Amino acid sequence: MWDWYEFPSIGRTDLRDLKKAGDEAFKAFSRAYGESLENFFQPLLSFLVWFEKLLINSPWPVVMAVIALLVWAGSRSWQLVLATLASLALIGYLGMWENTMYTLALVSVATLVCIVIGIPFGILMSKSDRMQAIVTPVLDFMQTVPAFVYLIPIILLLGLGKIPGLIAVCVYAIPPIVRLTNLGIRLVDKDVLEAADAFGASPRQKLWTVQMPLALPNIFAGVNQTIMMALAMVVVAALIGVRGLGMEVLKAVNNQYITLGFMNGLAIMAIAIVFDRTSQKFGKRLQKHSEIIHG
Amino acid sequence: MASHGIEIRNLYKIFGPKGHKYVDAVRGGMSKTELNEKYGHVLGLKDINISMPAGKIQVVMGLSGSGKSTLIRHINRLIEPTVGEVIYEGQDVCKMSKAELLQFRRMKTAMVFQKFALLPHRTVLANTLYGLEIQRVPHKEAEERARRWISRVGLEGFEDHYPNQLSGGMQQRVGLARALTNDADILLMDEAFSALDPLIRMDMQGVLLDIQQELHKTVVFITHDLDEALRLGDRIAILRDGAVIQQGTGQDIVLNPQDDYIAEFVKEVNRGRVIRADTVMKPGEPVDLTIESGALLEDVAKRLTETGASELTVVDSTGKPLGQLTLHDTIGAMVTPS
Ligand SMILES: Nc1ncnc2c1ncn2[C@@H]1O[C@H](COP(=O)(O)OP(=O)(O)O)[C@@H](O)[C@H]1O
Ligand SMILES: [Mg+2]
Repeated sequence: MWDWYEFPSIGRTDLRDLKKAGDEAFKAFSRAYGESLENFFQPLLSFLVWFEKLLINSPWPVVMAVIALLVWAGSRSWQLVLATLASLALIGYLGMWENTMYTLALVSVATLVCIVIGIPFGILMSKSDRMQAIVTPVLDFMQTVPAFVYLIPIILLLGLGKIPGLIAVCVYAIPPIVRLTNLGIRLVDKDVLEAADAFGASPRQKLWTVQMPLALPNIFAGVNQTIMMALAMVVVAALIGVRGLGMEVLKAVNNQYITLGFMNGLAIMAIAIVFDRTSQKFGKRLQKHSEIIHG
Repeated sequence: MASHGIEIRNLYKIFGPKGHKYVDAVRGGMSKTELNEKYGHVLGLKDINISMPAGKIQVVMGLSGSGKSTLIRHINRLIEPTVGEVIYEGQDVCKMSKAELLQFRRMKTAMVFQKFALLPHRTVLANTLYGLEIQRVPHKEAEERARRWISRVGLEGFEDHYPNQLSGGMQQRVGLARALTNDADILLMDEAFSALDPLIRMDMQGVLLDIQQELHKTVVFITHDLDEALRLGDRIAILRDGAVIQQGTGQDIVLNPQDDYIAEFVKEVNRGRVIRADTVMKPGEPVDLTIESGALLEDVAKRLTETGASELTVVDSTGKPLGQLTLHDTIGAMVTPS
């Protein structure tokens, strides 16, 4: 008799074998390639560690001054510079300076990695509809699969630590920059592209003289989103042992320390707002001349 | 001065995935509508044969959708032909390799667009030297040459402005400067002045004529406006539904419109600005007052009314009398026959 109440599923033993086979296969892969993968990522790790040390070992006034300068260069808004300095001062005063520097280093390096990998992918994607059809579902997958699920293979392959944390952050944060690079290039005015063609621009010249500059505001919106998503991932990264504000939040969750949780949460938020406003204002300035006005 | 004309021979363009398949049908007389309704392809150009003279302005005129933009884009092959040839300096542009084509576009052609198509993120100066940058001319030289043309088109002082800070007329001056800076023999202008207000448009036509008098480029000028065609064109070709229905000098077309469609077009034309003295002169005894044979009837009438004379003699460039024109005949020829 057909059972309408229990879904016909594979037997319990079959299921166990399936899971076991999958796990075994992955573990075998991990044993075979884990070490070479680790070696591959070694330079990245060194860079991240160097950057962390730089932020932590420099005198705090110097770090603050450099950050203020960067915010000014990006936003040209002294209100934002003042707000940034005030937030940093409060963060330091409340004893979160070192953890903030760890988080800042992680997010900066993750963003850099996302830019270096994401923009070329976005360019490739904009050049061919096939490529776009292949990459889009992969990006959807990266953004929708719960982070914890892909943490498992990352941990299996690379163990706990900064690099697996960085990779987890990048997997989650890279899609917007790829998508918006692709979109930005595809949205470039056809008339302007035709003019470049008429003057004999090669595909490469077209990319650098027309497509990238005109796509820049969109690419920049992608960078902005990537930063925001990287910051949203710092607590998850803390799960696999990355130090920083995320770790403190995790500690607060485990021990029900309300104040600690809020303090570190607000510090993450402050960094997010500073990044966001600075990059948005910078993006606006990039866009200043890009609208086409006839007449 | 440009020494080579552009020969367009048996050119067909059928838009659609299987354009080649329908060339024979179109040759056999299938109409644009039939091709579209039966096979979903669009007839862009049909058996185009035009000899565009070196160093002259060839105008291509027609209503919107007649195939003007499609035609001009075959000269630098922004559009691939279905069949046919575009010959320049003995070479078929349609058969060039990718590298040859880039080189041809860089060195031999420059283009001005209806919607300007300036690079919005670049200043006037950086826009103007764009062609030279693509040719990899050293920046310093490129800048010098660009500055010369910027001031030649009357934009001195605006070098550091961005396109969106300029009016339409000024933007198209940048478009013109960008094309001229390329120093190419062929100048392609697709409704370059159509987006401009009438006064600015007249002004730009003047600028173009001035420059042409000096440079003698092979200009292909697209327009849907007969007055503009007559003012600028040394030769005019008229397109309808992708086919050339008449070509010749402006005077040929005004005096002998080939069909009702063209006749309708030329009805409103100011003939005094199109018809030349030698076309309507009559035999007779020479008088003292003279005018050169290429003069327009408007100039003849002006000369006669200014001097108060009733008759003058049309002479060739050596001063030899060719024929006579009275004020009566002149005015008569300027009026559109009903
Ligand atoms: N890429 C294209 N695909 C299909 N049809 C086109 C394409 N480009 C132009 N056409 C058609 O070819 C005809 C001529 O267009 P066009 O050369 O732009 O005319 P014009 O410049 O005289 O207004 C029109 O019917 C237009 O719809
Ligand atoms: Mg057109």
